[in-house]
Amino acid sequence: MRGMLFEVRGLKVLVENVTVIRNVSFSIRRGEIHLLMGPNGAGKSTLLRALMGLSSYKVVRGEIFLEGKPIKDLKPYERAMLGIALAHQNPPKIKVRANYLLERLFKKYHDDDRGSCYLEELVNDFDVSHLLNRELYSGFSGGEVKRFELLTVVLQRPKVCLLDEPDSGVDVDSIRRLAGVISKLAEAGAAILLVTHTGYITRYLEHVDKLHVMMSGELVYSGDVSILPKLLEIGYRAITKWAG
Amino acid sequence: MEWREELRKRAKRALTRPSPYGLDVDLGTFEWKGHDEEGERRLSELPAPILERAKVMGIDVEERKVSGTYLQLDLSVLRAHVIKKFEEQGVIVTSIEEALKRFGWVKEYYWKAVPVDLDKYTAVTELHGSHGYFIYVPPGIKVKDPIQACLFIHRKGTTQAVHNIIVVDEGAELNLLTACSTLPVKSLHIGVSEFYVKRNAKLTFTMVHYWAPTTYVRPRAVAIVEEGGVFVNYYVHLAPVRSLQMFPTAHLIGPDSQAYLTSILLATRGAHLDVGGRITFKGPGSRGEVISRSVVKDEAYAVLRGELIGENVSKGHLDCKGLLLSPKAKGEAIPVLKSSTELAELTHEAALGRISREELEYLLSKGFTEDEATSLIVRGFLEVGVERLPPALRSYVINVLDAAARYAKG
Repeated sequence: MRGMLFEVRGLKVLVENVTVIRNVSFSIRRGEIHLLMGPNGAGKSTLLRALMGLSSYKVVRGEIFLEGKPIKDLKPYERAMLGIALAHQNPPKIKVRANYLLERLFKKYHDDDRGSCYLEELVNDFDVSHLLNRELYSGFSGGEVKRFELLTVVLQRPKVCLLDEPDSGVDVDSIRRLAGVISKLAEAGAAILLVTHTGYITRYLEHVDKLHVMMSGELVYSGDVSILPKLLEIGYRAITKWAG
Repeated sequence: MEWREELRKRAKRALTRPSPYGLDVDLGTFEWKGHDEEGERRLSELPAPILERAKVMGIDVEERKVSGTYLQLDLSVLRAHVIKKFEEQGVIVTSIEEALKRFGWVKEYYWKAVPVDLDKYTAVTELHGSHGYFIYVPPGIKVKDPIQACLFIHRKGTTQAVHNIIVVDEGAELNLLTACSTLPVKSLHIGVSEFYVKRNAKLTFTMVHYWAPTTYVRPRAVAIVEEGGVFVNYYVHLAPVRSLQMFPTAHLIGPDSQAYLTSILLATRGAHLDVGGRITFKGPGSRGEVISRSVVKDEAYAVLRGELIGENVSKGHLDCKGLLLSPKAKGEAIPVLKSSTELAELTHEAALGRISREELEYLLSKGFTEDEATSLIVRGFLEVGVERLPPALRSYVINVLDAAARYAKG
């Protein structure tokens, strides 16, 4: 699989000793956007968190490669520093000023090559300037959480973006805006794995390169995205039969 | 001086009166020496270890950007200086005894905000205390570059009981920075502070404490704020202490007067902290906030108090949060609201907790190591009330908070 930026091979993941992900393999090239869909509880968020290396998600089999190098044994912050970024579905409230996190992230991922006006621009682009002095994610609306979380991902200058439902609970205007950001990330060369429930966001994405459907911890479909309308029409169980 | 004798009589009767709060300190185990020899010295001439400490606390030892300096080491006043411009305008920085000798009117402020017989700590300060500073800013004069007051202990067994009085006259403004510290010797520090904020005046009082695990500390501070006056009190407690108890109080007596009391507390090792802030809202339209953020670790115990007393049309808020960083650390939050009128709008929030696994994991996933994540949360948690500080003090406090986050981490 030459030229692959991000590759997952035969991954098995346990959560509290229960197998949640079984034998998952896929790979994403630079600049590609892949959708990951599936019913509630299928294991989509678990997969993303395991790929990030969070401690409750134990990878017991398989390997994860970033630019050909195995990263399965690296700690979350090491993976983050190598370019893997996770947009959490429901980030926790944290007792720090939102701006404080942004400043620290900016410092961590940017040398002096971009001034702080770059951060200011981003804050305006994501329409979060009114949130800067609030406690992180405390009292944020659904859309604000998603915009802020995606902003933290952008600040990480990622090579691989694991986006866990960035479009859930978000109004149409915000979805369009988020889709614009995701397209830009891909354009800049990032590999995108996007978990979505409605697929609505795909209308605004410049391209979608692949669709993965996950059921009970396994990928039951990995292929062309053209089946998406049919999927949304007939549901996951029916589509697996329909697609053979 | 008959009036002084009267005060001393009252003090004598209160010598065994304990404080209703905090651990009791047996004053009999300390020596009371009265005053040391005086002698003018600059900050930069301090003994090396104390000088280093002063620098860590952000004191401007070269006195480049300050309007004045008061320096007391153990029981000696080494410097009481104000820059020429302000001296000519009538700003006074001197020791309290000197002020009482030179200006007859100073007695009008002496033990008028804090009762001399409040408890044994105020009593002993009157009877066996040693100096403290007197600062006066005449009407309309604005002292923006701070006056810095440094009270240091470096001799073993020192009992430093100081009495400070600060008067900011009508329409005047003062930024005052106080740093108190000791080398690791058994010592006791009592600091009585009486603040008088006159009509439309503003006093920003920033105090940083850096004690040792062998120090007992009992500050006693009361502010009286007149019409349109603003009192901002920002306190940072940085390092281990044996025990600390204080309950600074602002009486908002004038219409539209304001007070904001913020405490940033680091309780470490075996420290016992009992710290609060109290505001009484007496003037119509008065408003204020008591905010505290405490990081408690090791085997430390922190009691976090706050009290708002509404007696008129007023608005007050109490916000008291503690972060426990180790399994043996203990915290207790005691917010109190009292109102004698339906026109006072008083609210409070209090919370004690630890850093959750979720918060930590979130930050790990953003590329922070566990250490960095902890310190980020602690540092962010502590940063409160900074926006109320004037620019001259803000950057100073931000440096102190950075230091606090480093100490909190260990």
